[in-house]
Parts: sequence; structure tokens; C-alpha cells
Amino acid sequence: MTLLSIEGVSRKFGNVTALEDVSIDIKQGEFFALLGPSGCGKTTLLRILAGFETPDQGGVRLDGADLLKFAPHKRPVNLMFQSYALFPHMTVAKNVAYGLERENLPRAEIKARVGEVLEKVGLDSMASRRPAQMSGGQQQRVALARAIVKRPRLLLLDEPLSALDKKVRAEMQLELKRLQNEVGITFVVVTHDQEEAMSLADRIAVMDQGRVEQIDAPVTLYDRPRTYFVADFIGANNLFTGAIRGGVFSADGLGPLPSKATTADAPAALAIRPERVRLTEPAPGMVQGVVVDVSFYGGVSHIAVEVRGLGRKLLAATQGSARITPGTVVGVTWRPEDAVLIPN
Amino acid sequence: MSRGRGSFLARLIFLGPGLIMLTLLAVVPMLLMLSTMFFQRGRFGGVVYEFTTANFSRLFQPLYLNVIQDSLVVAGVVTVLALLIGYPTAYAIALLPAKWKTIALLAIMLPFWTNFLIRMYAWTILLSGPGLVNESLTGIGLIDEPLELLYNRGTVVVGLLYGYLSLMILPIYSAVERLDPRLREASANLGASPIRTFFSVTLPLTLPSALIGAVLVFVPSFGNFVVPEILGGGKAIMVGNLIRDQFLKARDWPFGATLALAMIVVTLVLLLAQSIVSRRTRSA
Repeated sequence: MTLLSIEGVSRKFGNVTALEDVSIDIKQGEFFALLGPSGCGKTTLLRILAGFETPDQGGVRLDGADLLKFAPHKRPVNLMFQSYALFPHMTVAKNVAYGLERENLPRAEIKARVGEVLEKVGLDSMASRRPAQMSGGQQQRVALARAIVKRPRLLLLDEPLSALDKKVRAEMQLELKRLQNEVGITFVVVTHDQEEAMSLADRIAVMDQGRVEQIDAPVTLYDRPRTYFVADFIGANNLFTGAIRGGVFSADGLGPLPSKATTADAPAALAIRPERVRLTEPAPGMVQGVVVDVSFYGGVSHIAVEVRGLGRKLLAATQGSARITPGTVVGVTWRPEDAVLIPN
Repeated sequence: MSRGRGSFLARLIFLGPGLIMLTLLAVVPMLLMLSTMFFQRGRFGGVVYEFTTANFSRLFQPLYLNVIQDSLVVAGVVTVLALLIGYPTAYAIALLPAKWKTIALLAIMLPFWTNFLIRMYAWTILLSGPGLVNESLTGIGLIDEPLELLYNRGTVVVGLLYGYLSLMILPIYSAVERLDPRLREASANLGASPIRTFFSVTLPLTLPSALIGAVLVFVPSFGNFVVPEILGGGKAIMVGNLIRDQFLKARDWPFGATLALAMIVVTLVLLLAQSIVSRRTRSA
């Protein structure tokens, strides 16, 4: 069931287009991520949902009702700020209670709900502390508690984990996921960190320069990117530009590559993941190159191959340690069905 | 944090000149002056070094207590008015676009480039019987006779307010300006109306600066003797006038020093109250 539908939203700041004709449907209970490089418009979209920005064009519906006509403080949407924006003059408990007090709930209920949510984020012993007396990870939990205590229809999270160090971040990722399962609120998280988006979200909208490039589940995004940007942005990829002619993809400067072209003749790009690339004995009609670098990462090894006719190196990944050494001449190939063709 | 000898020396070098100047030009003279409280006045001025506590008992005569009380009231009213006018002004300036902000701040500070005395005399011209204000009022037919606008306590309040309002506006402006706009957004996002946000977030977080502004306005208002003299016409006497008169007219230095001490004590008590309140708001 669709909870939130963003319909053709556009927003310009002077000459800069922050959002261009963005349409996204987000389902009830979903963990949705807006992923893109900085400046792609994801934060502007989030601010439109929260009511701090208004779109030039387009509409936003929450539960079928026009969200845009409500003032920010009347929307059933809560936002966890990137900087947390905790009130420095209030204790943790006061910060969390703030939203409930605005609903004029009975004191006893506020107290109970604040206690409950602080317990959920593991901060019940710190209720009387001030934000300044807490670590970044703890402040982040307070911000989260403050946002979910109101039980919003929609919870927006702006780069929720970006201020945390790597170890805490991994912990908090799990915790966010657990919380989302527990409270059943629809989460929309904005992030530039693809690992974060991939590990957290049910579906991801990849954005670039104000446009939505592709909306899909993480695995689909990875396996079947539909635009050059997505193929390049999500994970490591080997990309070849060229054209489909007579059912065969030919890369510029290289010639035909293994693929299953089904579309008509057109300029296109081919993407092949490093872990799908196979290095073999060189054979005629095969792309050939020289191994220039082998790096071992424990579980996997990355092998960089200098391919004649290609401007940059091709990357291959193998399980475990590689038995190949730099300087070896290799043939580069892959199964045709592993290659993804992207129309230009 | 460990502080070695080296850093102590460095601090001494930096602090030294300021400390020496403060000690020689402020602390020592003040102590000298205050020490005269315990002595008697000379017959033709000066100080006769015979111990007495008479100056203190004289301080508590109703005549002087009244003046101190009046001064407190005037300075208090000025401070409250400055707060009521200054806060919204500062808030509005802080929310202006950058270009207009500079212009507005310049407009606030511009009068400071003119001598304080001259600005006060300007008021006497504006408010006098045939002055601009009365002329305008009679001109548009609001009044038939010129009003008595000068030489009362109200005029003194207006003059002090005009003189010191910017000392209230500037600290509040800088506090509102520094305030993270996301805190207001967070408040709105949690369901607070703009008014609620102001009273629950903006005001408490800028209150310490408003209190600094209040002290900056109150202290010079309380001890002022120029404004009561020029705009009060000597009728609305304040403690500053009293002190000056003791030193320059009555030539009673010991009692002047006693009055000055009373003023310093009142000021210190207020500063203490201000620091306690602002610490409370920071941790309440």
C-alpha cells in the first residue's frame, strides 16, 4: 500500500536545479533510501517532505492527503537531523518529551512513553543528562528517540550515521534496522553512503543532479543498473561505451564484447562487475591485457588489467588469493548473461 | 590539562600590561577613594584623617535612600523598555538577508559616532516648547498648547533608553544570529507552533545574552548624571548627580565615596544575579 507519493516535484534555487520532475512512491512500512552524491537534491527532497522547503511544481501525498498544504508543525512526519539538532538547554528526557508535550498529552503518558523509547534506544540511564555531556553515538540515539516517540506516519533520517565513526556506525545500522522492524514506522533515509543504503533499505532511489536515476531493491540496483550513472555509482564496475549493432555490443576501440544484446541497434554502454570477470589464457577474438597490479584484501583479491585500446584499467576480483602475477598477459572474458547493457 | 611554567610565563607576559594598567589606573584609585569613607570631610573640602562611621549612617537617611531608590527605578524601567524594544529589533535584524543586516546594524551603531552630550542636547531641542515634536503635534491639530515634554523623569528615561538601546540590541542580535536554525526547524518538526518555538527554544537560548544586554544598559543608566542633568533639568536627580555634587559642589569626598560604594555594591549584586540566572537557564 502506498503511503507517500511524490508526484513530479521540481525545485530550483536561482539557476540551480535541485530537483527535476521527481516521482517516487513509498510503501507503508518500507525502509526507503534516497542515495546520491552531495548536491543531487536528496536533502532538498527531504526538506520538502518536512515542510522547510516548498516545491516549484508537483505534489506530495501522504495517505492520499495533500501534504504540502500543512505547515511544518502540523505534519505527521518527523525528521532526524544530520546534526541531530538536540535542544542544548534541555535534558535528554526533556528533548524526547518535547514533541509529546506539543500534543498536550497527559503528563503520565508522556513520562511513560519517554521512558519506553529511551529504553528502546538504550539510554534510560541517561535521561537527566544534557546533550553536551554525551558522545556522538549517544546524541544520535537521543535524536532518533525524539523523532520516533511521536509515532509518526513517516520518519525522515538525514545522513543519520554520517557523524559516527565506523565501528559505532555498523552497530547503529543494525539498531536502526531492528528499530524499524519493531516500531513499524516507514523510514526514508537520505545518504551518500551506498553501503549504508544497500545494507539498510528495502528499496533505494538513486539520484543525480536533481533527477531520479533508478528506483529498485539493492540487489536489483547492483545486478541490473538501468543507467550509466547507477552502474558507475553503485559498487565497483567496469564500464565500456560503444554501440549495439546487429545484436552484438561493440566497445569503442575494442570491438565485440560478450553480451546478450536483445535491443535494436543503438549507442549503449556495457557494465560488467569485477567479480564476474574471468581471466584466462589469451585466445584469439578475446579482449587481452597485461596484469599491472594485484592487491589482496583477505577474502578477495583485486586484479587490475591494462587493456589495449581501453583508456583505463579493467578490474577483476577473485575469491581468496590470486595466483596471477603482474606482467602476465591474460585474456579477459565473462559470461554473456553477466554483462549489463545500458542504452544511452 | 597540564599547565607548565612556560605557559604561565607566556600568560603573564600577555596579561602583564593590562594588569598593570588596571591596577594603577582603576584598582588603586578606587581603593584610595573608597578608603576616604572612613574619614571626615575637611572644612574647606579635602579629607581629615579622623576615623568615623558617620558617612554610613548618613547614607541610610531617607533623603539619600530615596535618590538611590529613584535611580534604581529609572534604570530598571529603562532596562525593561530596552529589553522590550531591543529584543524584537535584534531578532528581526538577525533574520534579515545578509545585505540588509549590515545596513540595519550600521543604522543602529551610527548614532554612536556622535558625542553622547550632543545627542542629549539634540533631545532638548526636539522636545522643547517650540521644538519639532510640539510643532508637529500642534501642526496636525492633535494638541492646542505645547506639551511639557522636557525636564521630568519620563524625559530622563527616554534619553537613557535612546543612549543605551544599542547595547541591548547588539548582544541579542549576535545570540539570535548564532543560534542554529535547525533548532527552530527541529522544534517545528516536533509539532511546535512558531510562537511555542520562540518561547521554548529561541528565547531560553538567547536569554543569557539578553541578560548581558540588560546589565550593559542598567549599569550606565543607574550611575548616569549627564542625562538627568540635561534632560531632567536637575529636577529628576539620580545617584550619579548626588555623587558628583558631593565631590564637586559640597566638597564632601568621604560621603561621595560612600555613595559611590553603595552604587558599586548594587551593581555587583545585579551582576551576580545575572550570572546566576544565566547559569540556571543554561542548565535548567
